[in-house]
Amino acid sequence: MKVELHSIHKYFGKVHANDNITLDIPAGTIQGILGENGAGKSTLMKVLSGFIQADSGEILLDGKPVIIHSPADAIKQGVGMLHQDPLDFPPMRIIDNFILGAPGGLFPNRAAITRDFKALAQEYDFSIDPESYVDALTVGERQQLEILRLLWLGARVLILDEPTTGISASQKQKLFATLRKLAEQGKTMIFVSHKLEDVEALCHQAVVLRQGKLIGEMKKPFDPKKLVGMMFDKEVSLGARQSAKPGEVLLSMQHVSLEDVRLKLKDLSLDVHAGEVIGLSGMEGSGQGPFLRACAGLTRPVAGHVKLKGHDMTGKSYHAYKHQGVEFLPAARLEEGLVPGLSLTEHFILAEEPKGVFIDREYGGKLAAERIQSFNIKGTPLSTVESLSGGNQQRALLSLLNDPLSLVLIEHPTRGLDIESVIYIWSKLKERCKQGAAIIFISSDLEEILQYSDRVLVFFSGKVSEPLDAAQTTVEQLGQLIGGKGWPEKKAA
Amino acid sequence: MTKNSRWINFGFQLAALVLALLFTTLILLAAGAPPLEAYKNIILGSVSSLDKISNVLVTWVPLLLASAGLLVTFSAGLWNIGMEGQITLGAIGTTWALRLMQDSTLPPALVITFAILAGMLAGAFWAALAGALKTFGGVNEIFGGLGLNFVSTALTLWLIFGPWKRPGVGSMSGTEPFPETLWLPMFPDSRLSPWALVIAVVAIVIVYFMLQGTYFGLRLKAVGKNFRAAYMLGIPTWQYMMISFILCGALAGAAGAVQVTAVYHRLIPSISSGYGYLGLLVAMLINYQAAWAAPVALFFAALNIGSIQLPIVLKLDSSLSGVLQGMLVLFVLMVEGVRQRLMRRS
Repeated sequence: MKVELHSIHKYFGKVHANDNITLDIPAGTIQGILGENGAGKSTLMKVLSGFIQADSGEILLDGKPVIIHSPADAIKQGVGMLHQDPLDFPPMRIIDNFILGAPGGLFPNRAAITRDFKALAQEYDFSIDPESYVDALTVGERQQLEILRLLWLGARVLILDEPTTGISASQKQKLFATLRKLAEQGKTMIFVSHKLEDVEALCHQAVVLRQGKLIGEMKKPFDPKKLVGMMFDKEVSLGARQSAKPGEVLLSMQHVSLEDVRLKLKDLSLDVHAGEVIGLSGMEGSGQGPFLRACAGLTRPVAGHVKLKGHDMTGKSYHAYKHQGVEFLPAARLEEGLVPGLSLTEHFILAEEPKGVFIDREYGGKLAAERIQSFNIKGTPLSTVESLSGGNQQRALLSLLNDPLSLVLIEHPTRGLDIESVIYIWSKLKERCKQGAAIIFISSDLEEILQYSDRVLVFFSGKVSEPLDAAQTTVEQLGQLIGGKGWPEKKAA
Repeated sequence: MTKNSRWINFGFQLAALVLALLFTTLILLAAGAPPLEAYKNIILGSVSSLDKISNVLVTWVPLLLASAGLLVTFSAGLWNIGMEGQITLGAIGTTWALRLMQDSTLPPALVITFAILAGMLAGAFWAALAGALKTFGGVNEIFGGLGLNFVSTALTLWLIFGPWKRPGVGSMSGTEPFPETLWLPMFPDSRLSPWALVIAVVAIVIVYFMLQGTYFGLRLKAVGKNFRAAYMLGIPTWQYMMISFILCGALAGAAGAVQVTAVYHRLIPSISSGYGYLGLLVAMLINYQAAWAAPVALFFAALNIGSIQLPIVLKLDSSLSGVLQGMLVLFVLMVEGVRQRLMRRS
């Protein structure tokens, strides 16, 4: 099926998530869509698959203009979407999952559907038992199930959102073979990814999105350097870099392994010195999140040791780490960091050690006024935290850090903040470094990573690079590594 | 601006009250009863004589204790539906202690004190069970509490018809009454004990100050409003939840103890009399504000007592008070939801 998108616009509030995107995909093509987080890839795919409606623009399927009201409507018209996290029902049988989305009467014909399922599975060489339960499947198998389901429902366009995250190499080969076969049958594949190598290996043509705009397109064979250049642009100067003279070892991660459902990180070692800033870079979900949480005792390593100032902290709780001067600042500020409904004053009181039984309101008020001033928070001592803007919430989080502080772990310290707040927040953080604290932070902003880190770790699909010297690294190099290019072979196993 | 919004809030709450009355009126009309007559009877039935006022206060005491306890668990973000069972266990604990000591030579005042403490302990224990189920077993406190309520009812019946049955044959009227020396002292010619009043008032005052002015109260609120952020701020979250269960259970136990020592002077099958559930309504209605617990609980107690004579005078069921109380809570919650929606939009 031929897919055409004409001048698609989509706004979320003030954010122009899709800005005049026009894209033609001939039938039988595998189309790659590249871009960093927040570039507008998912929005575009949600528009095409009926999750959201475009504010303006036109969608044509096989030359006919269509309006897609919902995902169910999309599949009726032949457009199916495979989500990054499979949308299935783990406690249910595979065949029930298969039947669930199907149009049909009150009593589905299980026997016939099971026959269909087996035939389809055989055609694409998937070995899934329809009577087993979904939660027994790997992510790769759940994907296969979802592909079969979409094909069975009559999908002639398949949208795949980051399908190679969390699946094994052999499953990836199988997936690619299936996609090629489907393309040969004249079906259209849209492959959304940030992994250059996957796009190179699979796609016939690719486009790059950045900040909601379609920046460029390219046909096979691809020039990866050019693609990276299009994906990560560089502008906005943040002032001169300051490097720290690292002191003694504060945190030592020794052969640490981490596991969650999607990802395994193996045998990581890192020494963090007083006064230094380490940036963790990589596409979201590449393993930097669990790693940062493991530095604070919020995630327990499955193997290895964590030492803090010489004490073995392996397996201890976050509160034990906190006692040693470790603070974790989450990206989800109102979900994990602050307590909606409580005022700034109440937050400052909570963050301090209790003095006796009764709260000294006067002292609390003074404390609040002081911190509000020194952290330049736009709010009053009685403002509830949810009434503050994002930048001021972040300042409030920072102002809750107590002394003495040895290690600050931050997820996306400046995400969604204006440039003035960014510079202010980093000046506050750098002050902490001068006092001997170390900082480890995650950011998807490459400029920020290179600007403020001393060393950088790049995460890619659960692999971690050797620490890079930020001063010697360019945005291009970093972008390549994030996209999975230029990794030494020995690490690739 | 804050002054303005306070008036708006007040307006919304008034609207809720009016709506609740309107709706109850509709139900009365549907039942073919004269609404004004019914309301008049409720009011007269609660305040028209000293006897009636004292009965309202007798009801007020356990209701206020239950509400005070529930304020603690509500602040920690917990739905302690197991309140009924905790009151029952308090009554059982008190009865047990009284039975144990009624033949001893200890001064009665001491026996009663011990018995009330035993009731508080038993209530706290029952609440701790619900808390432990939640913390260590992953059982939601609503299900755990509900289950424990049934167990406590069964336990009461077993005690009344089994080990603690009256000489001869056990009956639904409860265990053998205790001698008058082991009753909490009462005002003459009433079932109202000044000591019970003191216990209830002291309890609500302590809870008020605990929630308003102490580190403990503030941390409890933080746990209730955002469990994860509270943990990040260094608050030992599950310990705080357990403590709030235990405090609430102790207050529930006190309510049960008062029912035994001041009102019934024995263990009866429905000793908790629904005060746990009614306390939940009060706590929801006052929305964490401890200062309102006493007046709202008094109002609810008055409704309960006032509707007692409805069956005699108007051939209406006395559960009308429950209808009015339920309507009030539903409409207050609904109006609050509407208010927040409107605020967000503007």
